[in-house]
Amino acid sequence: MIQGVITRISGPVVQAKDIEGIKIRDLVVVGDLGLLGEVIEVKGNEVSIQVYEETDGLTVGQPVKSGGMPFLVELGPGLLGTTYDGIQRPLEVIRDQTGNFIQRGATASPLVREKKWGFNATAKKGDSVSFGDIIGWVQESPTIKHYIMVPQGVSGKIAKINSGDYTIDQPVGSLEDDTELKMSQKWPIRRPRPSKRKIPTNIPLVSGQRIFDVFFPLPKGGNAIIPGPFGSGKTVMQQSLAKWSDADVVVYVGCGERGNEMTEVLTEFPHLEDPRTGAPLMNRTVLVANTSNMPVAARETSIYTGITLAEYYRDMGYDVAMMADSTSRWAEALREISGRLEEMPGEEGYPPYLASRIAEFYERSGRVICLGGKIPGSDKSENERIGSVTVIGAVSPPGGDFSEPVTQNSLRIAGAFWGLDARLAYSRHFPAINWLTSYSLYLDTLKDWYNAELTEEFMQMRTELMEILQREDELNKIVQLVGKDSLSDPDKLLLDIARTVRDDFLRQSAFHEIEAYCPPKKSYYMMKAILLFYKNCQSRLGKIPYDQILTQPGWEKISSMRYFPNDKFEAPCQELLKEMAAGGELAAVAA
Amino acid sequence: MAAKELYAKAHRKIKDIKGPLVFLEPIADVKFGERVVIVDSNGREKGGQVLDVGEKAIVVQVFEGSDGLDRKGTSVFFTGDIVKIGLSEDMLGRVFDGSGAPRDGLGEVYPEVERPIGGSPLNPVCRQQPKEWIETGVTSIDMLFTLIKGQKLPIWGGAGLPLNAVTMQIAKQVIRQSGEELVVIFAGMGITSREYNYFYKEFQDSGALASSVLFLNLADDATIERILTPRLALTTAEYFAYDKGRDVLVILTDMLNYANALREISSAREEIPGRRGYPGYLYTDLSTIYERAGIIKGQKGSVTQVPICTMPNDDITHPVIDLTGYITEGQILLSRSLDRAGFFPPIDVLPSLSRLMNLGIGREKTREDHRQIADQLYAFYAQGKELEKLTAIIGSEGLGNVEKKIVEFTQRFEDEFLGQGDQSRTIEESLGLSWDLVKDIPRSELRRLEDKHIEKYMPKRAGAAK
Repeated sequence: MIQGVITRISGPVVQAKDIEGIKIRDLVVVGDLGLLGEVIEVKGNEVSIQVYEETDGLTVGQPVKSGGMPFLVELGPGLLGTTYDGIQRPLEVIRDQTGNFIQRGATASPLVREKKWGFNATAKKGDSVSFGDIIGWVQESPTIKHYIMVPQGVSGKIAKINSGDYTIDQPVGSLEDDTELKMSQKWPIRRPRPSKRKIPTNIPLVSGQRIFDVFFPLPKGGNAIIPGPFGSGKTVMQQSLAKWSDADVVVYVGCGERGNEMTEVLTEFPHLEDPRTGAPLMNRTVLVANTSNMPVAARETSIYTGITLAEYYRDMGYDVAMMADSTSRWAEALREISGRLEEMPGEEGYPPYLASRIAEFYERSGRVICLGGKIPGSDKSENERIGSVTVIGAVSPPGGDFSEPVTQNSLRIAGAFWGLDARLAYSRHFPAINWLTSYSLYLDTLKDWYNAELTEEFMQMRTELMEILQREDELNKIVQLVGKDSLSDPDKLLLDIARTVRDDFLRQSAFHEIEAYCPPKKSYYMMKAILLFYKNCQSRLGKIPYDQILTQPGWEKISSMRYFPNDKFEAPCQELLKEMAAGGELAAVAA
Repeated sequence: MAAKELYAKAHRKIKDIKGPLVFLEPIADVKFGERVVIVDSNGREKGGQVLDVGEKAIVVQVFEGSDGLDRKGTSVFFTGDIVKIGLSEDMLGRVFDGSGAPRDGLGEVYPEVERPIGGSPLNPVCRQQPKEWIETGVTSIDMLFTLIKGQKLPIWGGAGLPLNAVTMQIAKQVIRQSGEELVVIFAGMGITSREYNYFYKEFQDSGALASSVLFLNLADDATIERILTPRLALTTAEYFAYDKGRDVLVILTDMLNYANALREISSAREEIPGRRGYPGYLYTDLSTIYERAGIIKGQKGSVTQVPICTMPNDDITHPVIDLTGYITEGQILLSRSLDRAGFFPPIDVLPSLSRLMNLGIGREKTREDHRQIADQLYAFYAQGKELEKLTAIIGSEGLGNVEKKIVEFTQRFEDEFLGQGDQSRTIEESLGLSWDLVKDIPRSELRRLEDKHIEKYMPKRAGAAK
């Protein structure tokens, strides 16, 4: 333990001197109150510390202590279903200690130390193991097997290992050099957890949201940003993704956002079912909640805490999705601390290293071949132990202006851009994703999957719908000048069809029990119905007055397709398509 | 304030005085955030707080402003304590100034408890999800952006718009609805004496004063005091909510003045400014105010906030407005064009929003069709406003039949739905009116409505089936 004294206190930044051997990023305990902090600058004999808690009441001359280690998160069984703050304090335990309001200096172990977990050994005596190898597993939740992996820096032959009930502090075995094997390990949050190598991302993260699954898909291991002004639905979007995406594990980081929104997640997730497993969503979720009024330094940390937890489950071979809401708050925390350090500011007062920090963070996403041997009991080889971390970052640009530094720097990195639009939000078109400005750079790599799973027609229909919307935009500019009546009939029809695409396909309620999740196959039928209808109408053009063109079988039913039950939509969809096809022929005959 | 002789440390070594800040030679054991009492050479007392402690200097911010302070005759007393407020139920019906001293000449309040005004962050796992709606009697609010108990829902409008009148309309109606149950905490920061007289009269006339506590920092009071005012109000609100189990409505006006006071301190400290000179930590600072709205699990009371903020130059991207919008759960905007056209309340519904609305409406709360009909009104009104622009260019002859219906809808929507005047409407009346507005629009356009609701709630059209 090394020690020094406080020389200055200015908000969340505290200066101290005479700490022999302190390193940058070391964790320190500040003052008599025992506040946690992190060294962010070393200047001669003085260091600057970002303190994770309010610094009221500290005085010059109080001690600063350090164990000479960086901030570490604890990894092991018991993470799932827990709610942490930005520095991995379990908030339920903190509540039991200090009541409804978080008091400073509160400490609690991230994992429950007393609980005994049923450990199933898969490695045997005499096995040679090293970093990343799986030695056994614990059934952490009904759906997730928590694989116990050898921590970094440990390798050798197993001398002893036994299945049984253990706490995370009891050794489950040992190596020949007497190193104990335990179920928990620690990791410094700012260092990415290593893997063998990154591999292409060619499987989509199916989210059940039509605008994403069809128009702007995101692969497992990819990254996306959702920028938008307030009120455009970023948080609802993030929550929908956390609820419905087909990840194995979800890490949801509420970074500097509203308390009531975290409460919404905390209240709803235990009651919502994972559409694939039927288990409560909370069983696959870890929450990191550092709301806007919680200390700013811990907000900066919360993003790293979240991604480290995500990487840990990835290393077991799971697909993990991490939602960060919002990365702008994290960037602002960087700015605030940089300001207190009196650093030379870059763009809009943000520190000049903002771009590299954002890049480093998003680059921790990816699909990887995990370190270590194969997953026990799996018929896949060691090189097929594949996991992924998908990162979806919300961005809150001031005034909804996408030219600001956080949006622009994120855009340089992110593979998918889901731009939210205030105008769509004002007319209550949700999700308010602007289909003309958004993009996904992953379409090419995902094409094979779509072709295989949903026929080649799928991507083709997507292109047709996109063309309709694109053309609508152009026509609307003309309509603004001359009015709709002066358009030709085919153009009028295109506008009407485009409206159907927007209202009946792109719009999707996050709150309707059936609508909230739409299987890709259902999207397929919906696209097919709209395009078939379009074709039927086109065939009637010029044969009957325009007013009557849209009144044909199926027109009013297209809008109800969204409410077809998700477990049996195939039959009614096919019936509708049949009806429409027949109607189209009839119409042609009648004409 | 208690006798200053009792304070442990007196200090006379003032180095510099700049704006609201006093820089002192360092002494031992001064705490960050500590409350100080400053006594000038004439014996006048001012309150202050320690902003920065270092080996080279101590920085103190003076709440009442640094006027009349000098280097020689001024003493600074360190109280060893952080800024606190004494709380008691006797505060009801009383008026205090911006730093918590009685303003109504009725003497000190004997405190039951003392609390630090900074407040601690509420543990997210202890929050109760809000689920009860509050009837404001204003159709647009109740129907389209319902106020929910435990919510923070600000009202914004440019200079000259009736922000105060709208606020009072809501407050009076909410108080009337609740009987005597609701406590209103009113914090005025930098408001003019005209505004003060208006609010005071409204509170008195409506009989609401008896269940209210007013904290008032007027426009000519010390600017820096405004940093304290909302925190005093919220600490009082939390006392009534969580100690006494009451539902509390907090009105904070005007948050722009608050932010400007913060900017003043920041620039005196020579901090690196963010947008428009506001400090980089404005978001964090505002959140420590707004996030104090809410409900605690297993407790009776609630804190609902309605912060009011003038929107400079009608600019919704102004930093104070923008950052507020990122913290609060929605916003209510006033519209200049509606105001000019004589509508009251002139609420601009398209950009207005209540994020928590869905939690408090629907079956057994308002009515099952509430969400869908609200969405439908929004969609038509948005479309209608676009069509109005179009009509201005091409004339109404260029519109189709359906489009004409929607333009008609838009006019009725503004005349009847928005322009309700002073009267208050029940939710049933508002819902009825909503359905009446859409009854002439063809079914194929009613895309947000489900058949079952149409059958049940749509008023029968005169003479026609379909």
